[in-house]
Amino acid sequence: MGKRTQRLAALIRKETTQLLRDRRTLTIIMTLPLIELFLFAYAVRLTVDHLPTVVADMSMDPQSRSFVNALVNSNYFDITGYVASQADVVRAIDEGRAKAGLVIPPDFATRVERGNAEALVILDGSDSFSVSSGYSAAVAVGQDRALGLAAEQARRLGIELKITPIVASVQLLYNPSLNDLIFIMPGLVAMLLQILTVLTTAQAVVKEYELGTIEGLLATPARPLELVVGKLAPNMLLMLVNLGFTTLVGVFWFGVPFQGDPWLFAWLSVLFVASGLALGLLVSSIARTQREAQQVSAMISLVSMLLTGFIYPRGPMPAAIRLVGNLIPLTYFIRIARGIITKGIGLSFMWTDAVALVIYGVVILGFAAMTTKKRLG
Amino acid sequence: MSDAQGQSWPAIVARDLVKEYKTAGGVLSSARQRGPAAVDGVSLTVARGETFGLIGPDGAGKTTLTRVLLGLLARTAGESRVFGYDSMTEPYAIRERVGYIAQRFALPADMTVMENLRFFADVQGVGRADQRRRIPELLEFAGLTKFTKLLAGRLSGGMKKKLALACSLIHEPQLVLLDEPTLGIDPVSRREFWSLLGNLRAEKGLTIFVCTPYMDEAERCNRVGLLYNGRLVTCDTPAVIKQAAPGHLLEFTPSDFVPAQRLVAGLAGVLELQTYGMMLHAFVDDPLARRPQIEAALTAQGIFCIGIREIEPRMEEAFISLITREARKGI
Repeated sequence: MGKRTQRLAALIRKETTQLLRDRRTLTIIMTLPLIELFLFAYAVRLTVDHLPTVVADMSMDPQSRSFVNALVNSNYFDITGYVASQADVVRAIDEGRAKAGLVIPPDFATRVERGNAEALVILDGSDSFSVSSGYSAAVAVGQDRALGLAAEQARRLGIELKITPIVASVQLLYNPSLNDLIFIMPGLVAMLLQILTVLTTAQAVVKEYELGTIEGLLATPARPLELVVGKLAPNMLLMLVNLGFTTLVGVFWFGVPFQGDPWLFAWLSVLFVASGLALGLLVSSIARTQREAQQVSAMISLVSMLLTGFIYPRGPMPAAIRLVGNLIPLTYFIRIARGIITKGIGLSFMWTDAVALVIYGVVILGFAAMTTKKRLG
Repeated sequence: MSDAQGQSWPAIVARDLVKEYKTAGGVLSSARQRGPAAVDGVSLTVARGETFGLIGPDGAGKTTLTRVLLGLLARTAGESRVFGYDSMTEPYAIRERVGYIAQRFALPADMTVMENLRFFADVQGVGRADQRRRIPELLEFAGLTKFTKLLAGRLSGGMKKKLALACSLIHEPQLVLLDEPTLGIDPVSRREFWSLLGNLRAEKGLTIFVCTPYMDEAERCNRVGLLYNGRLVTCDTPAVIKQAAPGHLLEFTPSDFVPAQRLVAGLAGVLELQTYGMMLHAFVDDPLARRPQIEAALTAQGIFCIGIREIEPRMEEAFISLITREARKGI
């Protein structure tokens, strides 16, 4: 065995021993993605329905009651109570008893007959998820009722109206049942892996500086590159195992369909984890203590959550903000993960993202190596 | 450089060695400004087999000098060689031949004593057969044979230092660089540590380069270099350095410290006055003549003078005297 190999093996063995001996961190690393997956599968909903709704029906006639029924039947509104006036509706929303309110004026039925009836839907604007689903549901129900009534009036006049001359028929590719988990799972797995990879790598390196073990290592014949590889290799393996395990749980436990090529996913995951390690190394060259490393990693996580397309679409963002998102490897890998897991597409559709990951990893690694070298001086 | 060539070189050679740290210049400043030199033109030679002590107050540049020798820091100017290998261009040749205990050095705490020794043996490229021989030897030497399965973090401060020494010796280096190796450990452990070093020096002819703030440790060295503000103020045997203190030394405890200090410093024949706890150390030209004069002057001010006697200057007095003179020069 050559000395170089012996050194590298010793460094990897040391890091592995330390990694496996730190049970608490290991437990967090392995269970956090699973916990998040369970939360998203069983608790978190991105679309809001069954909004608690109060009704001030001042008309109290068959017309108003059938409009209320139509709203309830849409499944977006649950009537939790009846009140007397618009002011009472607002108070109910103020007090948090309701997210939505419906005000039907006293002359509703007569105005329906005249063809200019108005019903007021009041929504809790402090909760944007409720507003967006409540708003579209209310508008849709209102139009549907209006068209129905118009057709009925026309029929009474003896005219057969084709009430919907144009129907936009929508086909949802990849996720026909609009299952949130199918949308969330690939991004979630990728995001958590990036957070954990960056954090553990940065911590592992900064720890050596903080505890003072680094100088002993540097004063040995071990070359800087060997130190870095020795540090990263075990972490990389751990994160790949973690990524694989979480994906398997997502696919087999939660039934998220895996449409594409698992091997392609595995290879690109290696690239992704590598670029995460490089980013972690860069963090470690900025942060001086484990606490600072945690804070910088937390900032990267926050930016990742918002700007990589994990939940919020990147399309409407200003170009400058999109560029910031481009600085995070997750941006590329989320497209890759969704492409392979959800859409089942091949490398030819996403080679640009793969190449971006490679370039990213190399550039950041070089940058990190440069800054790390200067650390003692 | 070939090893044969290396044999003829002393263990350590430094010539006009300078290390300046870059101070962070403001964003607007065009060039990075040079800071004060941490090591300012140091020239020294440490012969093979010698025990060399580098002393000096905190911030004198001891750690910086040691790191530059090992190539852990880039030097600004001058020359630095270990066994003839240049610190900057051949650092790995140096690191294969020396053991090093850094001042803030800690061993991986979550690995056992045995794992630590194996790790450093492997990183230093020690073969399996040599490891089987060396590791039990070093464990025995450091008194750690019973603790091989204990995590390094669980060892006492003194035992940690002994383990660090054992790890730094695993590849049978010809030179060890020890940067304040006994900092923060109890006096008994310090004594044990130094007796280990003594054995190494006697049995293996190991060259020892040690930075220390402790004068009793400095006295154990063959030669001592005094570093102050990055400059080597003096470099000689402890016996010669002790002579550096001016004149003869009178020690006494005045009953009223501050006025006594002011008074004695101004007396004729008092070359230098140092404080030593509750005592004053007065360096005088003629102890027989000055002793009654000092006593008389103090008594005249109503100050008692307890236990006045002449003592041999130690390293500590010489050290303070040299530093004080150097500091005055600097102003």
